Formats: sequence, C-alpha cells, structure tokens
Amino acid sequence: MSEPVDPTRLPRPGAAPSVRFPSIGAVRLSSGVELRTVEHPGPPVIQWLLLLCHGSAADPATQPGLAALTADLLDEGSERRSALELHRALDGIGARLGVHVGPDTTTLSLMTLTQHAADGLALLGEIATQPRFEPTDFDRVRTLRRNRLRQMRTVPSAVADRAYIEALYPGHPYGHLGIGTDTALAGLTIDDVRQFHAGTYRLETGTLIAAGAFTHERLIQIADAALGDLTGGTGRADGRERVTPGAPAEPSARLVVVDRPGAVQSEIRIGHVAVSRRTPHYHALHVMNMVLGGQFVSRLNRSLREEKGYTYGVRTGFDFRSAPGPFTMHGCVQADATVESVREVLDEMTALGGARPVTSSELDLARASLTKGYTRGFETSGQVARGVMQLVQHDLPADEHDQFVPRVNAVEAADVTMAAATYLRPNQAVVVVVGPAREIENGLEALNLGPAVRSDG
Amino acid sequence: MLDYTRRTLENGLDVIVHEDHRSPIAAVNLWYHVGSKNEQPGRTGLAHLFEHLMFEGSAHHDSGYFTPLQEAGAALNGSTNCDRTNYWEVVPTNALELALWLESDRMGYLLPALTEEKFENQREVVLNERRQQYENRPYGLALMALMAALYPSDHPYHWTTIGHTADLRAATLDDAHAFFRTHYHPGNASVTVAGDVDTTQTLELVARYFEDIPPGGSTPPVLIHGSETTDVKPNRDTRLVLEDRVELPRLYLAWRTPALFAKGDAAMDMLADLLAGGKTSRLYRALVHDGRIATDVSAAQSSRELTGWFCITATAAPGHELAELEQVINGELGALSEQGPETQEVERSLVQVEAQFVYRLQTLGGFNGRSDQLNAYNIFAGDPGFIDQDRARYRETTTDSVQRLAARQLSSGDRVALSIVPQGEGQRALPGSELARVS
Repeated sequence: MSEPVDPTRLPRPGAAPSVRFPSIGAVRLSSGVELRTVEHPGPPVIQWLLLLCHGSAADPATQPGLAALTADLLDEGSERRSALELHRALDGIGARLGVHVGPDTTTLSLMTLTQHAADGLALLGEIATQPRFEPTDFDRVRTLRRNRLRQMRTVPSAVADRAYIEALYPGHPYGHLGIGTDTALAGLTIDDVRQFHAGTYRLETGTLIAAGAFTHERLIQIADAALGDLTGGTGRADGRERVTPGAPAEPSARLVVVDRPGAVQSEIRIGHVAVSRRTPHYHALHVMNMVLGGQFVSRLNRSLREEKGYTYGVRTGFDFRSAPGPFTMHGCVQADATVESVREVLDEMTALGGARPVTSSELDLARASLTKGYTRGFETSGQVARGVMQLVQHDLPADEHDQFVPRVNAVEAADVTMAAATYLRPNQAVVVVVGPAREIENGLEALNLGPAVRSDG
Repeated sequence: MLDYTRRTLENGLDVIVHEDHRSPIAAVNLWYHVGSKNEQPGRTGLAHLFEHLMFEGSAHHDSGYFTPLQEAGAALNGSTNCDRTNYWEVVPTNALELALWLESDRMGYLLPALTEEKFENQREVVLNERRQQYENRPYGLALMALMAALYPSDHPYHWTTIGHTADLRAATLDDAHAFFRTHYHPGNASVTVAGDVDTTQTLELVARYFEDIPPGGSTPPVLIHGSETTDVKPNRDTRLVLEDRVELPRLYLAWRTPALFAKGDAAMDMLADLLAGGKTSRLYRALVHDGRIATDVSAAQSSRELTGWFCITATAAPGHELAELEQVINGELGALSEQGPETQEVERSLVQVEAQFVYRLQTLGGFNGRSDQLNAYNIFAGDPGFIDQDRARYRETTTDSVQRLAARQLSSGDRVALSIVPQGEGQRALPGSELARVS
C-alpha cells in the first residue's frame, strides 16, 4: 500500500472477482404451485414475484388492452376485502405491490420486510386469484385507462412507441401496446375481464419466485401456508398461457411520420423484428449491440451526442421475447438534425456488418463492460428474483447466468460481424419519427424508404 | 443502521468508508456541495452543465471518462440538483483504485483538459436535454413556472437546475473555469467508499489519491435576497396559467415549507403521504376513486437545504374543471386542519416510512444507495450517521403535529396555483390566473 501514486497513467485493474449466481431451490408445493427460492442475505427484505405466462400478446385480436385492464383491476378489492381494506392491509405492513403486463408475461411483485413476508404473500395470492371485479370498479378503471390513452397522444415517446410497434407487427399479437386502443377498451365488459382472468390467472400454471433474507426451507414453509388453498383447482386453464406468437407479416410501412407541429425535437424509432430470447446468437448479439448503440461509448452515442451534440443520448437494443421481438434504436434529436441522424443510424447499422467491422478495442470494451460488471446486476433481492424469472420464462438452463461471462468472452470479431450482417437489416428497417413534419418530411423521403405514411398518433 | 468510519484529510476532504462484504463490489460516491443555488442570475444552468464537463477528461486522462471505467465493469453516473452535485461509480473491487484515480484527477486537474470544443459540445447536449425533459414534454414547464413564482428573482431557488436557455447560450468557458475553481475542491466535497473493502486500507488508499490536491478557498455563502437570513414567502394567493400541448388540464398547488431536516419537514412528508400516497389516501379517494373528477393526484414535500416546498398535483378528468378539483382539495385540507388525521392514518404512514428506510439499504452504490445516503447525511446534517435521527423524526410525528402543519403551512393565502391547460383553452385555468413567465 505504500507505493506512490503515478499521476501519469491509469491503474490497471487486476483480475475481476468472479461470482456465481446463487443456487435456486425448486419445488412444487402441495397445492401445485411451482416455487423457486433464493437465499439472499442482507437487509431484512423478501421479494415475491408471481410470474404468469400470459401478457398483452394473449389479448384476443379484437380486444387489445384486455390483459392490462384485467391486471389493473386485481387490486380493486378481493372477495374478502374492499379496495380500501386491501390497500390498508398492504400499507399497514409497508408492502410494495407492483403489477406489470409485458408482451409475454404478467408479473405481480411484492416487496416486504421479512417480518411481514407471510402476510404479504397471502395478500399477493388473494389479489391474484380472488379479485372482486365489481362493475363500478371496472367502469372507473376502464375510464382511467381511456383517459391515460388520451394523454399519451401528447407524449412523443408514447406516440412513437405505438406507431412503431403497429408498423412492425401488423395484425400480430405483438402489434399493440399493452394498454390497447380506445375502441377496444370501450367495447370491453366486466364479463370479458372475468373470463380472461379465469382462463389465465391460475397459480398452478405460473411460478412463484421468492428471494431474500430467509432460508429455502423458511420460504417454502411460508409459501405453502400462504398459497395452500388458493389454487382453485377445479376448472382448467384454457390453454392461452405459453402460446408463442407466430412470424409477423411484412411491416405496414417503412417510414411513418407523426406530425408534432413546431416541436423542437424529433422522437425517433428505427428497427425491425429480430430474434427471440432463445436465439443461439444471444451473446454475440449482446456484444454487437454494445458496439453499435447499447452503451454510452457506443458508435451511435459517441457520434450523435459526444461529437455532434444533436441529442441527450441515443440507445439501441434487442427486446428478447418468447417469439422474435424488435431490435430498436430509440432517442430524440434536435429537430433540424432529424434527417442526418436517421441516415447515420441506418449507415452505422450497415457498416458494422460490412465496411467498418468491429475493431479490437471496441470488442474488448464491449466484452469487458458486459462481463466484468455482470455481478453488479444481482445485488438486491429484487434483481436476483428477476434473474430467476428470466430462466423460468424462457426455459433456460439453471446455469445460464453463470455461463454468461464465459460465453460473452468467447465472442470474437467474426461473430460480431456475422451478428450485424445477419441480424441488423437496415434495408428493411422501419423508421418512425414524431416531430415537426413540415420541416423534416422532404428530407426523410429523400432517404428512399418509400413514401412517408402520416399517422395522427 | 449504517456503520461507517469518517476521516477528514488535511485539505478538508471528508472520507467515509462503509464495509459490506456480501458482494465483491465497491461503490465510490463523491459529493460536491454545489448546485444551482450557487449560480448567479444570468448564468443559470452552469452547475449542471459543469457536471457534464466532468465526464470529458482531465489532465492526465484527457479522453472520455466512461471508457476505462466501463472496460473495468463499472456503472457510473452523476446528477445535479439545487443543493449538490454527485458522482458515482460502482466497480468490481479490483477496479477501486481506477475509480479513485479518475475521481482525484478530475478533482485536482480538470482545467488543463477543459477546452472550448468540449464546452461547446456539452452545451449542445444540455440544450437537447432541456428540450427532451422540459420543452417537448407535456406539462414539462411546470417546475420552471412554479419555482419562478414561489421564490423572488434574487432567491437561489428562483430558477431550475437545467437553467434558462439564454443563460446556457451566454455561458463561456471562462465561466466554467471560474465555477470549478470556486466550488470543486476538497474542502467542499465528501467521498464515500462502500462495499467489500477494508476500512483502514481504504482510508489510506483514498488519502494517497486525494491528499495532494490543494485545499482551495472558502466557498462564497449562498445569499437569499442579498442576506443570509431573510426568507420572505409569497404573501398572497398567486394564480398562474400556462397553455401547453396537453389533453387534460392539470392543477399544481404549491407552498413554501420547512427546509430539509428542519422542524416540520418530516411531518410534511407524512402529510403528503396521507393526502395522496396510494389508494387509501384522502385526495385519491376524494378526487379519483369516489369523486371521479380527476385522473390522478400526487403530493410531495421537496426537502431542500435552504427551504422546502410542497406541491399537490391533480389532473382534471374529461368533463371536469380545475376549479372543481381545487374546491375538493381545499375541503380536504380544511378538514385536516380542523380535525386532524386519524391515529391509524399516521401509523400507516409511519409503517411505510420505516419500511422505506430498510428498502433503501439494499443497494450500496448509485443514486440513493447507502454510499449516497452517507454523503447526503454528511453534507446536509454534518453527520454521516444521521440516519437514526432522520428516522426518529418520523416516529415523533403525531396527529397533532400533522394537523398543526396542515393548518399553518397549507393555507390558500400564500400559495401558488398553477393551471396548465390545453392550447387555446386559457379560460379553463383557475379564475383570475395570470400568464406564467417561463424562459
């Protein structure tokens, strides 16, 4: 410790410590519920996650928004308790409830102090399986969601997300936002919600994940006691769970412009349907994405932010879903740099698989930033529980997280070039711009993406 | 709740170490006690713009700050608010020295590397941050209008941290250099290292990297209206309107309230919770659940160093007007002032607060992690271990104190009411509203 500091050169870190993902206990409770447990010592906190294998892609084609509306109604009272009583019970133990509907899954999460772990889980089970579904609550919550849809019309990022996903997946289960459409919400009934719930919220088809400062045995014991009599068990699931959507059709347009007159920035989405989570090239795609736009020092952020100053930041990413999800560049740029920025994104997507392949320093940086910091991602019970959730959702092997570092380190330059050349398709990419159409439309049309389709968002 | 060791180096730098060996990571967290309150009118936004410049390289590493750290597996970021600027890295323990090297180089030797080119680039980035977060976002100008109305023009909270566009454009490289010399030195900073480290070794290591940096002068005091003591509240019901690209009108009711850790600050937090925290809260039930005249409502006490402010925000449901919302809110505030809350309401709030103190302990680094909390307590309370007293403040809150505060702090006589309404629908603001000034 006594050698002097050399102010002229950066210290070179030695070997990074390696950490294994904690072992995961797997049992099926007597009630039929699959339980995964992780011991995570630390502050006295337990994270419960209930993973159900239906998301917004399970919305019937004419009823986009049904899964999310159903989920939103879960905490509006149970068979035993009014909404107020239910929330008083949650607040009374300081529990944090979260309900999230993704494209493929619905997740109910509850964080509690260890001392309230059993009460918290009992409430979570009650919320998931015994919702009250009163017509007045249905009407009120549906109205709130329709109002939110209305407000989203003035939020550039929400407008862009909607236009993008609709263009990418026309007529496909992934082709709508979870919140759905106003027309669909207006047509839904309380019976639609009840029926959807009966067919999908079945604990015996989901997985409960528990992580926190208890032993496996203790977590199992609590789960058994709390969920023992909640599985219903009479009817059968209607088979909607675990349905993987099929291949999407061609995009409905290559260039979509949503006018926001006078806007000082353009909100941009560029991308296409890419791969599912189970792609054999998962790790190469991660590395490739880091080089292109997946981190601060990526090609696109360096250029558009750190050299040109056009943006507060841009990012690219693969949305790894059960079926092929989108690859997307997203960000906003000052309005007068819209066309140049779009062109540059498309050019960089092309160059990485061809004219300007990954350099060795880019490759080293991308691999190192993915691998050396990997363990940072499993610090809290919540992060660990979500790590388990990924494995369950995609049927991945138990050692998947431990394999991440060696597999990323095995990615070579040729793999990155292959990943870019094969899985980035700039010539088929959809470009969505929410911005001042009059100022940018001519320039965008000159990019030869085809005629701009105007959308009113 | 949080064990630590603190040493102060001869140059004035506070060094705090917190051990936790569950994971082989180290969190480095560095606070400078400077924020937008230390800016001068005409140069607003400089503190935050300066934070950006801290990532662009320093004398002995004159290239991006991100590359070597990301290559070592670090996460890193920084942020600026009205009272402080913080920087943090979370690294695998083998890279702790790298993070300290970089932090010490930019604390001691930033200016030789701070060029006109970097300054111009980050000015453009910040202007785009302003467009993204404020100008092109529905209701995005609310904070600027509220601050400008709550605090007179010579008050350091009159402007927001992002600053005025004209000031950002007028700022010069010389301003940035002067700002650094005034505020970025060891005596105005506090560094915390938390994680899988040894306290003695880490104190020594930090000393090696930082003890040679010259102490710097004293920082100028922050003056309110040219003096350190007078702080005048708006003494009338100020009503303002802004037209914006929004679908539904939104009402903001804002008051000046006790400062961070001052008497009444914790009770204001609990008051916010029982007014609008979750579905059991009074305003949620009255406006959204039962009344159905609003789509959402929130309330928050913003605890700041010089003075706090409290805000209730509610959005009108279609077919309803802000005046209806205001009437219901006034009614609920009146009821709280006259009858006080129920014992169970205060108890529920306390349970939430207590749980939140534990939940916050889960992360070592990053914003609001343990290292950030230790620095916050050190800078704002002069005691890294203040977390226990912080918690005690909430336990001491009673139904009576909440009632008294509701009556004293949230009267309509000295509040700012801002209506943000759809373009061309200025008449939907509260009656008597004047056009808000926002730049």
